[in-house]
Order: sequence, then structure tokens, then C-alpha cells
Amino acid sequence: MLLDHLQISRREFEDGTGWELKPEGACRGEVCIPLPDAVGETVDVTSLADAMGLPLVAASADGPWALGPWGGSGRTLIDARAPELVLPDLDGNEFRLSSLRGHKVMLVAWAPY
Amino acid sequence: MWQELRAELHPQGLEVVTVGLDTMGAQACRPFIEAAAAEHPSLIDEHHVMAELFGVINIPNGVWIDEDGMIVRPAEVAPAPRKVERAALAGATELPDRIARIFGEASRIQTDPGAYEVALRDWVARGSDSIYALDPAEVIARSEPRDSQVALGQAHFELATHLETSGDHAGAIGHFREAHRLMPSNFSYRRQAWSLEGGIDGPLERFWQGPSDDDPGAWPYEGDWLTDVQAMGAENYYPQWRP
Repeated sequence: MLLDHLQISRREFEDGTGWELKPEGACRGEVCIPLPDAVGETVDVTSLADAMGLPLVAASADGPWALGPWGGSGRTLIDARAPELVLPDLDGNEFRLSSLRGHKVMLVAWAPY
Repeated sequence: MWQELRAELHPQGLEVVTVGLDTMGAQACRPFIEAAAAEHPSLIDEHHVMAELFGVINIPNGVWIDEDGMIVRPAEVAPAPRKVERAALAGATELPDRIARIFGEASRIQTDPGAYEVALRDWVARGSDSIYALDPAEVIARSEPRDSQVALGQAHFELATHLETSGDHAGAIGHFREAHRLMPSNFSYRRQAWSLEGGIDGPLERFWQGPSDDDPGAWPYEGDWLTDVQAMGAENYYPQWRP
């Protein structure tokens, strides 16, 4: 998740990382990471990243920052539910993977290089 | 590339979604997508979001997702039914030495498009009864390993693509290098960075992926496509497909 500020709303954090902030901790599927302090409406990314074990990398002292994923389970997938993927097509129209529920989907990564 | 098979299997409920992983974005992907004239969604992923979410470390890769949104096969090599003739890109003209050697190595890369297509057809026909549809525990266990070092590498890569798309190419290189160092087995992260360096003008520019003949000392990365593939052995470029 790319960040221009280290104080963001709870909602931005949840949408950007896929982790839901609940009373029991930061949760995703069946996995919950306990947090030492309750999280308010504004998230201090530095301390939350530290508590969850998420890497935070800065381009400079003034940012921007990239908040990386969780490596705590040892695998990319934490559960087998497909994560939401939202990407544009050639014309910039946003496509949501979840719009294909009811179909079998083969998602194919390629590159022109 | 998937258009014909998709047209055949779409009435049975299969949709194909292609994702072009390229920091150069729509302008770089457009010629290929338009040439394919695909009817399925063809998406652009400048920051390799799909790769981070699903654990893609080389391309092409496929992920199978069932009607309920459950992954039944995590990211794995997904060879297209028709082989791409890379040499055709160069036309009939003589190839520069590096490109000729790259194509030579690439021709030794092994995949099994036939086996993959058989598996895909079986899953489309049988759904969860297909032997190729894995249970959730197996899906997770087979997904790409990610520890804290890999996660840190992914953060560096995301920052690099952001700097690149913001016009700070010099700033991006340091973070691409960190991503490569932290994730030595990730080949798409390397190919992405290498493909942004040029080295030759014209349609083969992005396949050069190594030091230029004129100024080899200016190459900012430890490895390059030809050196790395020769070192690993082209036959090991993709892991062997496991049904």
C-alpha cells in the first residue's frame, strides 16, 4: 500500500491492506493479529505496522512510503478466498474481480517484456 | 493468446481475465491486447498488485477461482495453448547477438501447455470433482512462500514502481535493487526492472534486459536476463508443473 502520509483513516488502512481492525486485533479471514492498543478512527501507520509486523519502507524522510504485506504465516495466501483485485482496463475503466462470482475464473498474469 | 480456448469454454462458465504486469502501463500493453482482440477482461497492473496478492513470481502465471470466489489453484506457470514466436517480433532481419542468445535460451525453457489445457478443461467440466481443483489447505500450502524478508522486498518493489511512474527513474532503481536482493527467486520483479533500461532501440528494446553494447558499465543491476538464465539453466526457468 502506497502512502503519502503516515496518519490515515481507519477505513483507508482497511481498504488498502485488506486487514480489518476489530476489537480482537487486525483480522483477515480466520487470522487475527492481536494489537497492544485499541485503534481509533485515525491510524498511526508506523506504530500499527510495527505491532502487526508489516514492513514500512520510505523513499525519503518526507515519504512517500510503501507498506508491505504480512509475512507472518510463511505463505502468500492466508486463506483460500480470493482477495479482491481492482484494476483498470486499457480505457481506464475499473474492473473488480469479485464481479465474476458465479463464473469459474482463470486469472492470467502476463507482461509485454 | 487465450482467446480461442476462452471462446470455447465460456459457454460452460469459464471467464478468463488477463493482467498485464507492467510499470509502463496501458501504452506498453495496448499493442498486445489490441492484437489479441480478446472478448475477456484485459487489465493493466502498473504496480504488480496481482503478483503481491496472489504470489506471482514469474510470468505467465495462472490462478483458478471457482464460482464462490475460492481459489482452487494458486499462482503457477500457465503456458498458453499457442506458443508465442518471439523471433517473429524481429522480422526476417539478422538479430543482434544478445537478442539471438536470449531467444536461444528462451527456446530451451520448458513448459507443458498440453497438460495445463487438459487440466483446465477437466476443471471446467467437473468443477470441485476435478482432481485438479485443490482443497483450501492445499491451495494455501502451495501458494508462494512469503516471510518477513519477502514482504519487505514487496514493499521496496511497490515503492520502486511508484517512483518509476512518478518519473523518478533514478530513485526507483535503488528500491528495485533492494527488492531483487530480498527476493532472489522472484523473476518478474527482475524482468520488470531490467526491461525499463533500454539497451537497444526499436521493437526489441524491452527484451534486451542487460547491459548495452556501447556502455556496459552503466548497467545498474547485479544480474541480467541472459546471465541469470544461463546460470540457472533455461530448463529450470519454471518449476515443473504439479497436477
